[in-house]
Amino acid sequence: MIRTPLRPLARILDARAKGENPDVIERENLRARHEVQREASKSRAEWRLKLLVMGVVAAFSVIGVRMGTLAATEPTEPRAAVRGNEIVATRADITDRQGRILATNMLTHSLYVQPHDLVDPHSVAVELERIFPDLDAKALERRFTDGRSFLWIKKILSPEQMQAVHEIGDPGLYFGPREMRLYPNGTLGAHVLGGASFGAEGVDSAEIIGTAGIEKAQDVRLRDPALAGQPLQLSIDLTVQATVEDVLGSGMTMMNAKGAAAILMDVHTGEVIALASLPNFDPNDRPALPTSGNPQDSPLFDRAVQGIYELGSTFKIFAAAQAMELGLVGPTSLVDASAPMRWGKFTIKEFENHNYGPLATVSDIIAKSSNVGAAHLGLLIGGERQQAFLKAMGLLDAPQIELIEAPGAKALIPDRWSEIVTITAAYGHGIATSPLNLAAGYATIANGGVKVTPTLLHGLVRAPGPRLLSEKVAEDALVMMRRVVTEGTATLGDVPGYAVAGKTGTAEKPKRGGGYDKEKVVNTFACIFPADNPKYVLLVVLDEPVETSGPRPRRTAGWTAVPVAAEVIRRVAPLLGLRPAAVGASDGPKTPFE
Amino acid sequence: MRPLLYFCSALVVMAMAFWAYRENYATQKALRELAALQDSISGLREDITMQKAEWAYLNRPTRLKELATANFDRLHLMPLEPEQMADGKTVAFPAPVLTLDAPGALTAGTARPATSASAGMLTITASADTAGEITSKPGDKAFP
Repeated sequence: MIRTPLRPLARILDARAKGENPDVIERENLRARHEVQREASKSRAEWRLKLLVMGVVAAFSVIGVRMGTLAATEPTEPRAAVRGNEIVATRADITDRQGRILATNMLTHSLYVQPHDLVDPHSVAVELERIFPDLDAKALERRFTDGRSFLWIKKILSPEQMQAVHEIGDPGLYFGPREMRLYPNGTLGAHVLGGASFGAEGVDSAEIIGTAGIEKAQDVRLRDPALAGQPLQLSIDLTVQATVEDVLGSGMTMMNAKGAAAILMDVHTGEVIALASLPNFDPNDRPALPTSGNPQDSPLFDRAVQGIYELGSTFKIFAAAQAMELGLVGPTSLVDASAPMRWGKFTIKEFENHNYGPLATVSDIIAKSSNVGAAHLGLLIGGERQQAFLKAMGLLDAPQIELIEAPGAKALIPDRWSEIVTITAAYGHGIATSPLNLAAGYATIANGGVKVTPTLLHGLVRAPGPRLLSEKVAEDALVMMRRVVTEGTATLGDVPGYAVAGKTGTAEKPKRGGGYDKEKVVNTFACIFPADNPKYVLLVVLDEPVETSGPRPRRTAGWTAVPVAAEVIRRVAPLLGLRPAAVGASDGPKTPFE
Repeated sequence: MRPLLYFCSALVVMAMAFWAYRENYATQKALRELAALQDSISGLREDITMQKAEWAYLNRPTRLKELATANFDRLHLMPLEPEQMADGKTVAFPAPVLTLDAPGALTAGTARPATSASAGMLTITASADTAGEITSKPGDKAFP
């Protein structure tokens, strides 16, 4: 740019010559220069403004276009997203305490028909009947042609059936993927697992919902998508469960029982290692609920949890333990045991009209299973304290365990805890409760008197329960129960190497319309092993057993439930990693009380 | 000087465009591969679940029991019994070979019963180096 000088020499000289003021020229030039500068800055400002407007318009149009695209395009999953632990199964597996599968999912297919797409409804109906004999060709054909647009044929197909349907080759036949619940071990642990069925169903998938057992009780946990990759670990041990069911099954046959139940529980954690009820069923093909007859005879009935039985003499140890805890008696105190005992219009007799009296020690009352002695212990304690203690032990409530059936199994107790109830409850009659509650009660004694709540879940961290018995009383009770096995009513239950301590119970079943049935009994053996360092509680219940090897049929627990329990311990203890104590030194805490 | 600058920037723009074009297609290819991989992963996972189920089914205790019974002649498998468990001290080990650390090696060994001991036989594997594997003869008592 050529810069005009403010005082061009020629004009200045000229002006001077004319006698004009040369400053006028300078001012005029300065003004012209300022004008040019103003024009330039004005146009620059205009240009900046335009740029700014363009920027704003561009930014907003980018946003607008992006919004438009997002609104107009089909939604797709972000393909580049990293999906680490992708879950196939929608329902978590169930495993035993060692991670062996108890329940898992399997991918199969379902079959449905869109009749509008069918080319030849008649032949399709005939072919389908050939593949699935339970279908009726005529009914199918009628439904294919009555104008409906959709029809389910089968919820689950085997691969062979699917191939056969494929080979029909009609375009109206469709397959939908289906996940089904599979219990690979069949009947094993059936009552624990329960079963599952389909909930809401669509063409592409169906939700699996639990219908019974732990499948229903833990349904929310099992369906939680966040936890679908982590199996639900039960405290059940598959091997032990199989052994218990096996032995219990043969025991049930040998003792001619119509049903049996067994519970094996860890006394410190309350974890149930095995829970069996016979007869059982296959959860893969869960039978329908019985519509007639006694529901307790259905294989679906879980005797170990749902069975509400008067558990008989197994309750005596609670009376003895409470009396000792209250300081009323010691193990060697003498208690009135002269039979028969009359109380109002009731007469309390001993088994086979024995008489262990006139006086017997508390220890003998347990060892010989004296009803009268236990009744007197109950009277010593008093109804109110007895009820409170049994309640604290959990014996008067529905069992607490992660099974949907448990809350329904409420104990049967009289409305009014009268004195005769106090007497009969001391030897386990007049109140009926679930065997699981009894097992938990024995576990509490074996756990040094600290309450144990059963659980089916492995590795739960729980706060220890309240202390119900002092350690000394629990120890004394254990010694008494050890005597039951070494010299009392359960001598068949002595397993060499494993100091078994336990208590038998024989209770006649109530007859319909009052009274008790002498021929129908429930035999129970609740035991703790090893007695010198209690680890497990085993409870065996036989429903209506009779042992016929002798000259006359025997229906006492000592002859039926006890040998079965002994065989269970003999088989199961090595599986649990318990080493037998050297024979001879296996008698546990058999310290005489003197 | 200035034309050179223009020329260079044009070159850079072309190079960048070429690079972006290639990246675009490489990304799309990678995405396709990823989708295929994820498909095959979920397929494999399905297979794993299926095989786990099948494994559990084949290992169900009832079947194993039947197999053990059917093959009793060859395998002599019996249920685990308390008699098959013993203290390492009660087992008669062979006389220690007199080497440098032999006396310590015997007491250090902890014996564990094999899970599948055959009828009347007791197989105990000791972890001591010198002991190795000892199979007692039928009729031998586990307890003295």
